[in-house]
Amino acid sequence: MVHETLAATNAVVTLDVAIPDIFWGWYVTMNMWAKSIGTGLVFMLFLLLKKNPSEMNGLRTPVMITSFIFMNIFLVFTWLDLHQMWRMWHIFFYPHWTSAITVGAWMATLFVGLEFVMIAVMIRKEKCLLTKQPTVFFDKTLFWVTLLAIPVTLYTAGIMAEATARELWQMPTESAQMILAATLSGSAAIILLGGSKLSDETKNFFGAILGLSALMAFIIYMSEYIFGAMKAEEVAAILGYVKGDGEYATMFWIGQWVAYILPMILVALSRVSNSSSLLNLAAILAIVGLWVVKHVWLVIPQLLPMS
Amino acid sequence: MQLGFLVDLHLCMGCKGCEIACKVENEVPLSTWRLRVKYVDVGTFPETKRTFTPLRCNHCENAPCERICPVSALHYIDNGIVNIDKERCIGCAGCVMACPYGAIYIDPETQTADKCTYCAHRIASSMMPACVVACPVEANIFGDLEDPASNISRYIQDHRDVQVRKPEKGTNPHHYYVGAGQASLNPLASRREEGYNLFNNITTLPLGGHH
Ligand code: SF4
Ligand code: SF4
Repeated sequence: MVHETLAATNAVVTLDVAIPDIFWGWYVTMNMWAKSIGTGLVFMLFLLLKKNPSEMNGLRTPVMITSFIFMNIFLVFTWLDLHQMWRMWHIFFYPHWTSAITVGAWMATLFVGLEFVMIAVMIRKEKCLLTKQPTVFFDKTLFWVTLLAIPVTLYTAGIMAEATARELWQMPTESAQMILAATLSGSAAIILLGGSKLSDETKNFFGAILGLSALMAFIIYMSEYIFGAMKAEEVAAILGYVKGDGEYATMFWIGQWVAYILPMILVALSRVSNSSSLLNLAAILAIVGLWVVKHVWLVIPQLLPMS
Repeated sequence: MQLGFLVDLHLCMGCKGCEIACKVENEVPLSTWRLRVKYVDVGTFPETKRTFTPLRCNHCENAPCERICPVSALHYIDNGIVNIDKERCIGCAGCVMACPYGAIYIDPETQTADKCTYCAHRIASSMMPACVVACPVEANIFGDLEDPASNISRYIQDHRDVQVRKPEKGTNPHHYYVGAGQASLNPLASRREEGYNLFNNITTLPLGGHH
């Protein structure tokens, strides 16, 4: 007997062995989240260099070390997520260049290698071949590392775009979201790391980046939430998970509030009241909320039956 | 040469012989399938009928799984088959995310991706795929799409209602269906009701450490 079938076909699957499963779970969320912070910090350090180089003193090494740690968290979780993790070297010895996974792995390795060199030069106070001062070497290399940080942070959007089964992961919006995740979490992290080393003016500058990143990311999510379903049946079905009243609907809105709405409000309030603690709270919420936001968007397209 | 499959759903009676033949031939572990027959009940009681749709890898001409595989574990061979080299696979599951047909699984024993290969090893010895041999009603028609005299080419020429799954994805599948409808080809056209599926409480082997 058939109950509650779709009006169009009156069809119900009665015998099915499809295994709906989440293959890219929270390890991949960790990957995206940690990478956003790692690359975002580099973007912000470069902006600081351009805006107010005198405030770089005392921040170069700690910021770069923090970025390096988060980049390594990203690499470890990527590695742990492989079912055959000891074959990781295959990516380097049998690379398939149409794959964004391959391209990303190579670029991320180069990025982390350059960060390591920059940190080593600063710690050992080495006189480099090119320059006499480690800081000059650092600042010159920072330009190239910042350039590299753009594709490193974006390539995950490429992987998602290549994952053609999942309609919600679309290249134009995902790439915008990836770069905004980097500017959001990077500005948040540098506000927290900079502390009293940053002037009020610089903190306000990074606060503005934080608030604007949150606003733009929120606008994109809301646009997809409201209009996405008009594009495809699959998107409509996926959005059902965030529009219903279940686990993912709750998680989606918690993420939107914690990552975007509250930080926007707190940044605005911190400017009005000139309060560092409100700005710090905005930064912490943005970093925590970003994880939730990324996780919901990663997991829900995997809940649809593909066959 | 471009090998392809066609299933005449008018003939298929849902015996699952192909599923079992595939499992035995390819030693497909418990809880996973290279080929499965989907059952969909269509209509409202008492006007109902059951449809059967054998689902396997479509060996797409423009295969997203091949494109996303970082180590070329998924690759084309000369006869058009999208094959898999399990020794290369790093188990990133990119292909699982990329295939719009849910045709790839992670083998719980080898921890690598696996899927229907059109029995590439049998083809290499001039044999037919195991599912073709097992089908009692010859619903599975397999052959060279580029040869106009092959069974499959003639079948495609002789029938008007030849369809592929999800043509809008642009994958150009080399797997065709005759006599299919929305309910059989579109996974969103039918509901999967909790409690109405035979294998709801299926036991799965652990897949990696993180599921
Ligand atoms: S059906 Fe899926 S697994 Fe098979 S070739 Fe196409 S994309 Fe790859
Ligand atoms: S799981 Fe294996 S076959 Fe699939 S994309 Fe990754 S490496 Fe390639």
